[in-house]
Amino acid sequence: MKLKFPRWFYRLASPKWFYEISSKLMPWLALVTTVLMTIGLIWGLVFAPEDYQQGNSFRIIYIHVPAAILAQSCYLFMASAGAIGLIWKIKMAHVMAKSAAPIGASIAVLALATGAIWGKPTWGAWWVWDARLTSMLVLFFLYLGVIALTSAFDNVASSDKAAAVLSLVGVVNIPIIKYSVEWWNTLHQPATFTITAKPAMPAEMWIPLLIMVLSFYSFFALMLFARARIETLQREKRADWVQDLIKNHP
Amino acid sequence: MQFFFAAIKRNLLLSFRHKSDIFNPLAFFLMVAVMFPLGISPEAKFLAAIAAGVIWVAALLASLLSMDGLFRSDFADGSLEQMLISPQPLIVMVLAKIISHWLVTGFCLALLSPLLALMLFLPSEALFALVASLLLGTPTLSLIGAIGAGLTVGLRNGGVLISLLILPLYIPLLIFGTAMVQAASMGMPIVGYSAILGAILVVSLLFAPFATVAALKISVKG
Repeated sequence: MKLKFPRWFYRLASPKWFYEISSKLMPWLALVTTVLMTIGLIWGLVFAPEDYQQGNSFRIIYIHVPAAILAQSCYLFMASAGAIGLIWKIKMAHVMAKSAAPIGASIAVLALATGAIWGKPTWGAWWVWDARLTSMLVLFFLYLGVIALTSAFDNVASSDKAAAVLSLVGVVNIPIIKYSVEWWNTLHQPATFTITAKPAMPAEMWIPLLIMVLSFYSFFALMLFARARIETLQREKRADWVQDLIKNHP
Repeated sequence: MQFFFAAIKRNLLLSFRHKSDIFNPLAFFLMVAVMFPLGISPEAKFLAAIAAGVIWVAALLASLLSMDGLFRSDFADGSLEQMLISPQPLIVMVLAKIISHWLVTGFCLALLSPLLALMLFLPSEALFALVASLLLGTPTLSLIGAIGAGLTVGLRNGGVLISLLILPLYIPLLIFGTAMVQAASMGMPIVGYSAILGAILVVSLLFAPFATVAALKISVKG
């Protein structure tokens, strides 16, 4: 059986095409991000009802949960891009993986920091050695490892491949780490959103949260494109289309 | 198969000629463990509570310390390149490397651990669990560490980098290893924990050598 994808799918592998399409897409992404984030933030921080136990302090959920979800998805994205790059030797996949790593690391820090701020009023401590906190911290360490390895090589091709291998090894380990720390110690509440069940909070609370999650994803795409465009230009600086670009935009 | 044993024999012979390869990790293991009573508290009750964790962390660090040299000398003198282009499958060579690394570090660490257990007042009923958990866990340390060693072998300062890459991946072993010892010291069954450690060992035995081969190819060929 031979898989056939639409033409645009194959063109994703071309740096020049990516550069052109991302120039067109980025203003739209910026617009979507701004609109969604404004709606989500105002709705969540001002209009959503107070929590019956935590009062207003629960509102940090509108930053914390999207950040935590995105930090994990970003790792998966990075590892899948790395695998695609390793298997089919696609340059753009490596560019994407490399650009995703620092974004993922900063989002993981955001999730940890908002978690700490939320933990202080509800648990009475900035940090507890809880399963989810620890596994998020480990995720952050994995990002750091990938970033460190990427920057350690002089040769772009080997640094890409090495980072891809490491992020794939990390993917295998993430479930193991997750369950090991979960059995080890847990205090954190279970996942807020699951695909299989309805959220345990009223709609006025979770709809803004969903909007925030979407806005974070769109923000991630925007940042990813911005970083990947610079990376593409740097790597393709000898290509004709980049030279033309430099001549036409002095 | 013959090649496999020949490779193990070569690696072990090399380690015996460089006695420091064997003794440095063991001395490091002892010294790290000695730091804890000096740094925290020499009280027996307190030490007994942290003994399992201290011994496991020390074993983990000692194994990591020796990991950097796993492929380095072969890389430096070009034998790694010869192994890559030789008709023998690289995976066999890598597996032999890992097993010999475990024999000179992890296995010796496990044998030495009862001594540390005595020094740190670990309850005697947990002694068997400690040795068993180290025997089950240290091969995985060598297997996972080999991936990091393969990735960093071509780099000038791979030593710090390898710990950055590998330590997060060691966390599950540390958790289950110490949990097994603690369960034993409270008189609880340890079969469950040893099953998990064994399962992690089997999974990494299946995947880690392939990842190491990929890493070595990247490091050597670029």
